[in-house]
Amino acid sequence: MTETGTTLVKRGMAQMQKGGVIMDVANVEQAKVAEEAGAVAVMALERVPSDIRAAGGVARMSDPAMIESIMDAVTIPVMAKARIGHIAEARILEAIGVDYIDESEVLTPADDNYHVNKNEYKVPFVCGCRNLGEALRRIGEGASMLRTKGEPGTGNIIEAVRHMEKVNEQIGHVQAAGVDQLMSIARDLRAPYDLVKQVHDDGKLPVINFAAGGVATPADAALMMNLGADGIFVGSGIFHSENPAKFAKAIVTATAHPTDYSLIAEVSKNLGAPMKGIDISTLSDDQKMADRGI
Amino acid sequence: MVIGVLDLQGAVSEHVNMLTQCGVDTKLINELPDLDGIDGIVVPGGESTTIRKLLVREQMLAPLKQLVAEGFPVFGTCAGLVLLAQKESLNGLDGDVERNGFGRQRESFEAKIDVNGFDTPFHGVFIRAPYLKSVGNSATVLSKLEDGRIVAAKQENVLVTAFHPELTNDARFHQLFIDLIDSKQRVNA
Repeated sequence: MTETGTTLVKRGMAQMQKGGVIMDVANVEQAKVAEEAGAVAVMALERVPSDIRAAGGVARMSDPAMIESIMDAVTIPVMAKARIGHIAEARILEAIGVDYIDESEVLTPADDNYHVNKNEYKVPFVCGCRNLGEALRRIGEGASMLRTKGEPGTGNIIEAVRHMEKVNEQIGHVQAAGVDQLMSIARDLRAPYDLVKQVHDDGKLPVINFAAGGVATPADAALMMNLGADGIFVGSGIFHSENPAKFAKAIVTATAHPTDYSLIAEVSKNLGAPMKGIDISTLSDDQKMADRGI
Repeated sequence: MVIGVLDLQGAVSEHVNMLTQCGVDTKLINELPDLDGIDGIVVPGGESTTIRKLLVREQMLAPLKQLVAEGFPVFGTCAGLVLLAQKESLNGLDGDVERNGFGRQRESFEAKIDVNGFDTPFHGVFIRAPYLKSVGNSATVLSKLEDGRIVAAKQENVLVTAFHPELTNDARFHQLFIDLIDSKQRVNA
């Protein structure tokens, strides 16, 4: 008797990615560069977040043919993004067999009330979160993996730092609270009680949590690992840098050895220019992606 | 007894927890000097291509391969099995491995499997798992699926599973590895 699509195999898949780097790639050549650099997975999307910002308009799921070409080109797992709440895009990605679906605020949300009910899918989902309430709501909907939202496409790490610190600070708070306080905490977090109780008992999230949004250098990756991230997503940071192959490899090394600073110094030398980046305070509210789908 | 867990990428803490439950000390192996002072090593599940590249970059692949060839005890799960079965990687198990042998993540599965020497079935968690098409005479098959795919095997100092005992609460494979180290140490004493 074999069973597919279980919670254990979906969450377990994410556990196997720990300590690794997942890279956004826009074509087969980039996917091969990522695999060669030691990425644990690639995220196939037509435009990386900074290009989505530049292009404007509605950002949607990528062309299935483009995603399949990347699935054929590499042996590591391939992820792809669906719009928040877009059950048809999510089902299409499941049908072509992507290994993970990112229900992502980087794309234009399809539904501003509801996320996808991810429990019903055989393919695991990753979702973004800025705080513990958001994290537990996404897990309640069936997310098998979490990531910070950061502020995608900015090359600015400050939002990812805030989200990671916030979640971990709130976990500490829930763990330290008395059992009789948990229902009120669940109310304040707007999170399911049973998951709040689980965090209280375990002192950690029931799924792993990667850093995403704004990682642009090996030092950024090491920073996030030291703040407690289980691994790193790099979006625009690699293929908008001057030397993507070298940058990719350096970020993989920094993520695997986040406290070996002489090694990180070594791989950070002469990398060329990182992506240019955006100061988040110059973005208007409607340009901010992290506030989508909370 | 101190068992090292290769800490370059993958499900490291899960193995550490399992070994701790078994009452042995663990040590994270992140760079070459860490290999000193351990009695055996676990190569965890993760992405085999990533772990291999990091082993090469850390200049650990050749020394670890040498250790394995000299009879040092090693336990590989999933990606660890792949690396141990690849001649160009750790070359610790004489077998023919098929990476991602069951398909993509959609096809990942759980199943009760029979294991030689275990009284009751083991709960196998297969995640983009490999399998062994065949093993050489020096290796012993511990478990195969109904269709003949080999999913656990042993060869002198080497233990491999295509699935993830570290994702269950069942420590029998970890105990088997501890027993393997024990019996080797008794022989050498």
